[in-house]
Amino acid sequence: MAKQYEFKAPVLPYILVLPQMIVVFLFFFWPAAQAIFQSFYLQDPFGGRMIFVGLKNYSSLLTDPDYWQSFTVSVAFAICITVSAMAISLFLAIQANKKIRFGSFYKTMLVWPYAVSTLVAGVIWLFMFNPNVGVIAYVLKHTFHVNWQYLLNFNQAFTLLTLAASWKQLAYNFVFFLAGLQSVPATLIEAAEIDGAGSFKRFWRIVFPLLSPTTFYLLVMNLVYGFFETFPIVHQITAGAPGKSTSILVYKVWRDGVINLDLGSSAAQSVILMIMVIVMTVFQFRFIERRVNY
Amino acid sequence: MTEQQRTNKSARRAKALRRLVPHIILWIGIAIIVFPIYFIFSASSHTSAEIQAAPMPLGIGPHLIENYKQALFQGTQNMGTPVLIMLKNSLIMALGISVGKIVVSLMAAFAIVFFKFPLRNFCFWAIFITLMLPVEVRIMPTYKVISDLGMLNTYAGLILPMIVSATAVFLFRQFFMSIPREIAEASQIDGATPMQFFRHILAPMTRTPIAAMFVIQFIYGWNQYLWPLLITTKPEFYTLLIGINRMISGADVQIEWQIAMATTLLAMLPPVIVVVLMQKQFISGMTETEK
Repeated sequence: MAKQYEFKAPVLPYILVLPQMIVVFLFFFWPAAQAIFQSFYLQDPFGGRMIFVGLKNYSSLLTDPDYWQSFTVSVAFAICITVSAMAISLFLAIQANKKIRFGSFYKTMLVWPYAVSTLVAGVIWLFMFNPNVGVIAYVLKHTFHVNWQYLLNFNQAFTLLTLAASWKQLAYNFVFFLAGLQSVPATLIEAAEIDGAGSFKRFWRIVFPLLSPTTFYLLVMNLVYGFFETFPIVHQITAGAPGKSTSILVYKVWRDGVINLDLGSSAAQSVILMIMVIVMTVFQFRFIERRVNY
Repeated sequence: MTEQQRTNKSARRAKALRRLVPHIILWIGIAIIVFPIYFIFSASSHTSAEIQAAPMPLGIGPHLIENYKQALFQGTQNMGTPVLIMLKNSLIMALGISVGKIVVSLMAAFAIVFFKFPLRNFCFWAIFITLMLPVEVRIMPTYKVISDLGMLNTYAGLILPMIVSATAVFLFRQFFMSIPREIAEASQIDGATPMQFFRHILAPMTRTPIAAMFVIQFIYGWNQYLWPLLITTKPEFYTLLIGINRMISGADVQIEWQIAMATTLLAMLPPVIVVVLMQKQFISGMTETEK
């Protein structure tokens, strides 16, 4: 690479990065360090007494069946959301990518829900399925004679959470799948058509492999979403009920810290979550060529 | 009719049908998205008694304006903050986060790309690492920092911890690196200071990425939930999403669903308007930055 022109100023660049660095250290690094520090201590929530307990917070977490239950349900939740949201979005994106009339109308109609927040998605589905006032709940109970009480039935609660969370994610996936499909050269598909490949075969043999970077990227993003960003939906719809069975990891870390004031355990859970995010980020950057090539 | 004509006709019919298939599927997709939202719109036009009586009528009732008026100016009985105040809070938070992120990231990217200084790599990696520390995993300690700084129930507390964005820094850095350096050199020769170059040449050139970032970050800011839930305890600082949560928590019979649903619709409106109006910038921004 040719030598790039660079400004020469001893102080100015520091002033420019200063605001960013202050926020990074104050609100990211310092709290992260605090979480690690605190995870080795047991703190009395009312006094400020700290007792060093070594790895005890971790060992009691890892031997706690509640924690493993929370872990299992989080993984299952993330996988269910990823599979359903991605399958439906891909299917819709394939249709929208065809040369049809009203194409841009369809695209707009399927893209705008990106703006709907996770909490609002939770509220909307909660309202439809509320056992007392929900319209769908009414149909389930009176037409299909389902005993619809999602706060008492794990399968119902889990299904409702998955529906709400996947619904919210449709638009996001749609945008990326459509962009991916649009970058598949039309000449390739025409060539296959001339060679007599049917539309199903054309998709699996040509389009799908070319789409794999998009698919892989979305796979990671959807898992991250299902795992870390669905807090509002759980908080709003089930609050972990029935029992603690739908209390996913990010909900549990909030609940143990804010409601139960068990700071040591909450900190240990934070550290474990941090490790998971780091692993996922590294994985994502190793396998997807990102533009970070410093 | 001959055999030939008959097969031609059925072939033509099959072809027409095949052309309809994508339309039908897309309409089903739109229905999946629109129907749930229609239900809440319908609910926002009925009285509390009509909704509580279940099933509520599915049409649009006569109480639409009245409900929105109550939501905007009064709120519900168990949550007396009017939507107007929460709308203002959400707007301040969303604009603070989106504009703050853009300004702070532009400055950092400018320094990282156009200057050589000893801590350059360090700064870049420090920003990169923030990707791995989402608020969900550092809830309690970040809360403690804000409370130690006396920023609970303040706009600064809502906004400041959110204005770091590795994504925005990467996008602007990428864009700056594509700009020919001769422009920077020429501006120096003409006697402009680096800041003059930044303000009068670089920033105007970056208009498109800035617009794309604004759409994405405005929505991100507007839809923040966990953070405001942690640090706002006074109703006058509630954002819309927190307000909705408060309105529908508590015993089922006391919930004024019609007001809560009106509030939900009002909370959806600003980000949806931004996406629809800036759809093009939004899509290019999403697919270019996040990938």
